[in-house]
Amino acid sequence: MKRRNIASVSSATTADPARVVPYLLSLPAFLLFVGVVLVPIAMTVLLSFHDWGQYKGIQPVLILKNWREVASDGYFHEMFLRTFRVALLVTLLTAVLGGPEAYILSRMRPPWRGMFLLVVLGPLLISVVARTLGWALLFGGSSGVINKALINLGMISAPLPFMFTETGVVVALTHVLMPFMVLAVWAALQRLDPQVENAAASLGAGQATILRRIVLPQVLPGVLSGAIIVFSLAASAFATPAIIGGRRLKVAATLAYDEFLNTLNWPLGAAVATLLLLALVTIIVGCNRLLERRYAEVFR
Amino acid sequence: MSRNGPLALAFHGLFVVFMLAPIVIVCAVAFTPEGYLSFPTQGLSLRWFKAIARYPEFITAFWASIWLGLVSSTIALTVSVPAALAIARHEFKGRQTLTALFMSPLMIPHVVLGIAFLRFFTQIGLGNTFLGLVLAHIVVVFPFALRLTLASAVGMDRAIEHAAISLGATEWVVFRRITLPLITPGLVSGWALAFIQSFDEVTMTVFIAAPGTETLPVRMFLYIQDNIDPLVTSVSAVVITLTTILLVLLDRTYGLDRLLIGRGRDDA
Repeated sequence: MKRRNIASVSSATTADPARVVPYLLSLPAFLLFVGVVLVPIAMTVLLSFHDWGQYKGIQPVLILKNWREVASDGYFHEMFLRTFRVALLVTLLTAVLGGPEAYILSRMRPPWRGMFLLVVLGPLLISVVARTLGWALLFGGSSGVINKALINLGMISAPLPFMFTETGVVVALTHVLMPFMVLAVWAALQRLDPQVENAAASLGAGQATILRRIVLPQVLPGVLSGAIIVFSLAASAFATPAIIGGRRLKVAATLAYDEFLNTLNWPLGAAVATLLLLALVTIIVGCNRLLERRYAEVFR
Repeated sequence: MSRNGPLALAFHGLFVVFMLAPIVIVCAVAFTPEGYLSFPTQGLSLRWFKAIARYPEFITAFWASIWLGLVSSTIALTVSVPAALAIARHEFKGRQTLTALFMSPLMIPHVVLGIAFLRFFTQIGLGNTFLGLVLAHIVVVFPFALRLTLASAVGMDRAIEHAAISLGATEWVVFRRITLPLITPGLVSGWALAFIQSFDEVTMTVFIAAPGTETLPVRMFLYIQDNIDPLVTSVSAVVITLTTILLVLLDRTYGLDRLLIGRGRDDA
């Protein structure tokens, strides 16, 4: 870095060619993102202000009709409430289960650690459709494997409904998004110095004290950054709620899909999508700010 | 290093069962000899794997996914290399903003991207085309490619480059003979991760894929929407097997946690 600074200072008086270099290098990617991300998103936001009718199609006018409908119709309130309730539950479950699992993994010995890390993180790269299909098979109405097992164990007398319920969606999404949480906590644990734990132990701290006073405070930022990722992915999840929730249990993403490809009311679908995007960006950016301020010393 | 207690190991055991159960059951059901979904099955049979051959839409969709993944991840990687070198090696105005823009497909819900692409491509005449799918997938897999190219560019020892320059090598020669070979392991992993992401993507693609350009996950999703039968489990079992092979290879060569976290600390 130093070397470059000296070089650029010496030639800064004339038009410096070295200054253009980073811009030239990133130009192709920049043009791609302006053309294929920013413009389409802007068009979608614009689309949400257009009018639509069963027979007249999309009318390129600027009105608030769709936004009024989303704001006033109880159906949309219930749907958005469900979306964020599911996302919150999934986030809590992944944190409560994935956090401890990451810690257990980090304490394993080498051959086992690598193997189980692959088992826990690997599903991330396996098709979401295939994994959700697995849950549909496990739930599968009254004859599902889980219900059979629970009845055989004597834990329940009648089969529990999982398919087409929020419970089912939450369980399946927890599985789908779990690797992200384990990964985030794992990354935080990698930065943890094991000598601090050993020092605490040699000073007479018990296992519970070490966990509570040493490990937890240092891992918490990892849990929180994992929670942000899991929450945003759960709130915008599509394939899993579509398959497990079915046609009646709608969340934001499946509702937008319906408006676009079944009802063909694109402007209304665009309004739902824009609202989802705005809500998530606000939450993500807000949480990241909070996280960085609260844990500035960890990220330094 | 302290060991895990029995309680921790019991928790771990249940956790692993939870993570593997849905994947294992798909593969188990795929071997059913019955004409309907059943588990546990009476005996094993390959009848539903053979049945895939009679449904050309799955085969077509498979090849569409392969081509789409190959083309889009290759282009995404090619575009990401100069961008990564700019971000890793230069301090310039707008560097943070540019990085945030390039990483934005990770934050924008895929359903929103799908809607945006559907509207955009229909307007500019690329609706229902393979080119549209390629453009959309390049953007979606770009952050994964960039993260790993960035990690290798940041982690690279630049002394060799300086030596080459002092010996009179031109910038292009330095890039081709020194920089590129040194970052190649990162590039290969980035490409593989991008390919898998493209191959698995369903939420965004379901909006812009039409019959003829449908990818395999989209075809599977639409099929499951109608009904769940052993055929779709055997197709899923094939996908799971292929992904797992690629996964183990990646883990052996690069390390799965490093691949997914991104090695560089400077990459956020």
